[in-house]
Amino acid sequence: MGELRDLNQLKPFHLDVLKEIGNIGAGHAATSLSTLLKRKIDMKVPNVRVVPLQELPDQVGGAEAEVAAIFLRIEGDAPGSMFFLSAIDQAERLIRSLIENEDFQLKQPPFDQIGLSALQEVGNILSGSYLSSLADFTKLNLQPTVPGLSIDMVGAVLNYGLMSISEVSDHALVIDTHITEADNESEETSGHFFLLPDPDSFQVIFKALGVDVDE
Amino acid sequence: MSEVIKVGMADLKLAAPPNTIRTSGLGSCVGVVIYDEMTNISGMAHVMLPDSSQSKQVTLNTAKYADTAIKELFNKMIAEGARSYSLKAKMAGGAQMFTFQSGSDVMRIGPRNVEAVKHALKQLRIPVLASDVGGKSGRTIEFDPVSKKLHIRTVNQGTVAI
Repeated sequence: MGELRDLNQLKPFHLDVLKEIGNIGAGHAATSLSTLLKRKIDMKVPNVRVVPLQELPDQVGGAEAEVAAIFLRIEGDAPGSMFFLSAIDQAERLIRSLIENEDFQLKQPPFDQIGLSALQEVGNILSGSYLSSLADFTKLNLQPTVPGLSIDMVGAVLNYGLMSISEVSDHALVIDTHITEADNESEETSGHFFLLPDPDSFQVIFKALGVDVDE
Repeated sequence: MSEVIKVGMADLKLAAPPNTIRTSGLGSCVGVVIYDEMTNISGMAHVMLPDSSQSKQVTLNTAKYADTAIKELFNKMIAEGARSYSLKAKMAGGAQMFTFQSGSDVMRIGPRNVEAVKHALKQLRIPVLASDVGGKSGRTIEFDPVSKKLHIRTVNQGTVAI
């Protein structure tokens, strides 16, 4: 299939490989978060799907849902975009317990700077551990950019990460992993990792893992 | 009963009274409204990228790019009975959602989208009567073809009408 640009050409075993990538990356990130919070963090089996760009925001509550979003670009052998998205309430909970300040809120600015820095740092740690495990596993050179933080509508923050994909395709391949706090009875998702490889990166990733793309 | 017509990302649609037309979660994307002051025929496009000539796609989604989307919206409106001389435009979006140290082209996409939309409108001689572009906030916009107001909602500043 040569360029492997048409995502519909991906076979079930390709998706399984990508699922494993989500497992390994988010697994390491969950461990880091668990260490940070001194709490048990659970991770769900990753969801790997080819989604029309328009429908991507619906996976996290719709275009207008408000989230705390951490975004970074992956540079190096297999460029792509990565998001850690968390509902406002969940992000508040996370940061409150981290900085031991029950007044921290993300609903109305101005936001507490220490809390924001903590959130940014959480993003750094999570995405860093996700990516470094991925780089180890694939033996690829993957460099994260410094993450950006935004508290805004899902649709608006996703626009950005979709830019390089949308130049090539109307679909994105999303490796989505939910992480939750193990003792959180409401079972609300603490966060989603979205890994969105650029279209040209699939071939690189599969090749690095010895998976045949021309089958 | 009036209806709210929804425009998705990289999408464009027409609306006529009493219906309104809306698009949600504009980040670096730009929402453009073109309306005919005389017939009230209105249309909205949710533009993602500035220039279709940069496209690497085999089949072009014309609604995705500023140049092709504006042209298509214009053609559809004329076909629907709008008069080219009484068309006006309003626009919103083109925000910089994240700030990065590296100033690569991809990251400056918001301002580039805004410029491309303005350019495309100018070529069709459609004046832009109001705009709310740039900044760092996502926007949801809704246009009412009767009042010709564009209502813009952001997460922290509530709703304004232009």
